[in-house]
Amino acid sequence: MEHIVIIGNGISGVTLARHIRKLSDKKITIISAETEYFFSRTALMYIYMGHMKFEHTQPYENWFWKKNRIDLKKAYVEKVDTSSKTLHFSKGDSMTYDKLVIATGSKPNKFGWPGQDLEGVMGMYHKQDLENLEKHAPNKEVCERAVIVGGGLIGIELAEMLNSRSIPVTFLVRESSFWNGVLPDGESEMINRHIRNHHIDLRLSTNLKEIKADENGKVKSVIIEETGEEIPCNVVGLTAGVSPNIDFLKDSEIETGRGVKVNRYLETNIKDVYAIGDCAEQHEAIGNRRPIEAVWYTGRMMGETLAQTLCGNRIQYKPGHWFNSAKFMDIEYQTYGWVFGSKGRPDHEAHFHWKHNDDTKCITVAYDKNTNEFLGINTFGIRMRHETFDKWLTEKRDVDYVINNLAEANFDPEFYSRFETDILNAYNNQLQTA
Amino acid sequence: MSLARPDALNITTIQKVALSIGIVGLFILTLALFNTNFPYEGVFLTVALGLIVVGTVIYSRNAYLNKLEGIKNDGQWFKSISSRGFWGWAVGIILTTFYIVLYFYPQYLGLGKDGAENTGLISLFDPLSQLLSGRNASQWFVYGTLYTIAILAFGYKFMLKYRHNRYQQLRTVSVMFFQLGFAFLIPEFMYVMNNDLPYYDLKSIWPLNYYIFDEWSVKGFLSTGNIGLALIIFGILSIFVITPILTYKFGKRWYCSWVCGCGGLAETAGDSFRHLSSKKLSSWRLERWLIHLVLVFSVVMTTAMVYTYLGYSSNDFWLTRGVFISLVIGFLTIIFAGVMYFKRQELGKDAKYGAIGFFTAIALLLIMHFTGTTDQLFYIKSGSLRSAYGIYIGSIFSGVIGTGFYPILGSRAWCRFGCPMAAILGFQQRLFSKFRITTNGGQCISCGNCSNSCEMGIDVRHYAQKGENIVRSSCVGCGICAAVCPRGVLKLENDSMKGRINPTEVLLGNDVDLMELVNQK
Repeated sequence: MEHIVIIGNGISGVTLARHIRKLSDKKITIISAETEYFFSRTALMYIYMGHMKFEHTQPYENWFWKKNRIDLKKAYVEKVDTSSKTLHFSKGDSMTYDKLVIATGSKPNKFGWPGQDLEGVMGMYHKQDLENLEKHAPNKEVCERAVIVGGGLIGIELAEMLNSRSIPVTFLVRESSFWNGVLPDGESEMINRHIRNHHIDLRLSTNLKEIKADENGKVKSVIIEETGEEIPCNVVGLTAGVSPNIDFLKDSEIETGRGVKVNRYLETNIKDVYAIGDCAEQHEAIGNRRPIEAVWYTGRMMGETLAQTLCGNRIQYKPGHWFNSAKFMDIEYQTYGWVFGSKGRPDHEAHFHWKHNDDTKCITVAYDKNTNEFLGINTFGIRMRHETFDKWLTEKRDVDYVINNLAEANFDPEFYSRFETDILNAYNNQLQTA
Repeated sequence: MSLARPDALNITTIQKVALSIGIVGLFILTLALFNTNFPYEGVFLTVALGLIVVGTVIYSRNAYLNKLEGIKNDGQWFKSISSRGFWGWAVGIILTTFYIVLYFYPQYLGLGKDGAENTGLISLFDPLSQLLSGRNASQWFVYGTLYTIAILAFGYKFMLKYRHNRYQQLRTVSVMFFQLGFAFLIPEFMYVMNNDLPYYDLKSIWPLNYYIFDEWSVKGFLSTGNIGLALIIFGILSIFVITPILTYKFGKRWYCSWVCGCGGLAETAGDSFRHLSSKKLSSWRLERWLIHLVLVFSVVMTTAMVYTYLGYSSNDFWLTRGVFISLVIGFLTIIFAGVMYFKRQELGKDAKYGAIGFFTAIALLLIMHFTGTTDQLFYIKSGSLRSAYGIYIGSIFSGVIGTGFYPILGSRAWCRFGCPMAAILGFQQRLFSKFRITTNGGQCISCGNCSNSCEMGIDVRHYAQKGENIVRSSCVGCGICAAVCPRGVLKLENDSMKGRINPTEVLLGNDVDLMELVNQK
């Protein structure tokens, strides 16, 4: 029986294993050094905040794996020998495979800051990071201030986590406004204000120079690059993005760039070796997507796709319309299609922006200013229907149609205030004045 | 995992003061319980209940109004009271003891037996009862008052907690209204109008209201003329006409989380315990056996009760024992045959269990008809069947375990495992209702907030992460899963029956060809 070995028990690897099991009887082994069972990485923050316990972040009960004949092995792969199809573990044992899938995800970026490996400095990605945070920042007496470096999705989640335990937070963001490499200005500025409303000390256009240690080698303070200011703190969170977690492949034959290089079929340069999820790097980006997509949903989709290939139906990874979501403290964010921030926005892309007076809801609709074709939407504080936008994008609807039919896409709970009329009026006014 | 006390545990000074105010109120009630005879009982009662309400209001305002609108679940798994810690168990034991005394030893609450004056806690409530209905309080009046106060005070707290969510607020206003009006005030006023009428909470529907068709109850209604007759007809229409229509249009939530008193308490006072319900598959299995057993028991028991006071001869009254038993069996058969004919596919393996339940009920009814005598059914005294149901289901299951175990089993243990009304509504919701929780395409991140907060123990995530709508008989439509979802994936909706149940293998957002290939199988 063919033995498929998957390194990594995150959403990509587990989705793949589940789908292979549905399609076939192959022997499946999932290897992880992080945890015994699959858990939802995106839910780590809720454990620290006390909304859930760790076991609640596990989507499948522990009996699930045995019942579905998916073998789990807790081990760290040190070396991959593709010529003999053997994995060597850090404890000295080994395992052979017929097909190997690398789904090892990401690790937090570190940019060579002095002091970046001190005790009390951490990312927020692995379960071990959470345990580390619990150790160094259990409450505001032990951790009198935390500094977060890097204004992305994980950074703001870490700020929300610390805030839930009343730990004062200084949030250093390199950009001139929160996440404005991705978000258009109006949205990004609204989130700036929302962060500050939570009493978080948000410092924009601010870089970290170094992290200083006390006599015990623990974090004592950080120094700001621009001003030289020293901010005393007990914890430093490094959340300046992630990169593929593939150091263990250095000495292997498998071709790597920033990630594991794969073609459209998610195949590497070595026969019977594949890569999916955050750690896979497309030779050429697909459409507007990045070559490395470190997103939950794309990891899952690659798993769904590769299962077909491994079970005899070789197909390309050919994702549909882009979508994503996040939550910025109390404000939910969803995006469908493409909406670019001021950086990297194509010339033909124009925006319609509407913001509610309460400063917690807004939308941005992107369209082609030559053809009026609807390109995408960002929505904050108003839930919208994935299915509706997916359909409109496929049908290549124009922006007028989308704005006029926005009510159809609404996904807010019943009895919520509706804003479609406001939005339509704003749209009509804006067009007349423009 | 926590090495030190997380700060989220600490409450502010104002919250401590508010707690103290509430505890003083409870302390007055406790003193009364131990037979302290207060002068000016009316004043002391007002002060006690007032302090409890004021304490809760101040606490809630301080806890929620100082923060921005949003989800307020910080620390719920750290706090001792809401994570089966010391205070959780302490409150559980106190509540359980209270229910045992209330149901079985009301004299310890001060109930005066055989016309004697009330003492202790119950006498403290005499002035309020006199004010409302001109009679002295009973243990049920004390319980009803405290129950109503709890729903009102904690309902206010819940509305502040979810002040960004109008669905939650309206639903809570609704349960507060039905508790105060229908369960508490109207029955008292009905008594003032006609003191022969049995206590009747109009929103409490058979089989939840298991005694409405008892002989004393039916005789009580019928002896009061047209109004009593109207009430009993309303009782019959409630379950056979009103309930099916509303459940078809809105799902069982119209009752369970908008109207019902048990649900009302669970959603307000029980809100802090909702996450404690077990989400294991094994619990779901237990749930399905238990709740349907209770349903069969209650149908057979009610039929038996009515049967015992009907006559044999159609000369006295057209509804004889034979006619009645035939009607019941005929009705059950129509339902069973209809479901098997129209919904056989949807039921799958469950059809077998449905058939077992149906034939058990029919067999029991036939055995009863052919072996029963005037005072014996199933060779036991007919009255003891009814009192067994009253004690084990009506008192111990719904009260002692259902509410007393809030801090241990979560707030809906009764609704989930025991309520026969929930079983009927759930059966209909699963098969004949427009209600579902829609999943938003491929947006689920499997975080588990939805499952964690489901008071009915539904593993919501199991469906959401597959992009599948949630159509479950036990869902009471409280909407908290949709509220806590950080990605806007869940929405409670009433839409067409077609495509309501939509199992998928590959979620929206992936290759359209792959979706077509895999999902059409």
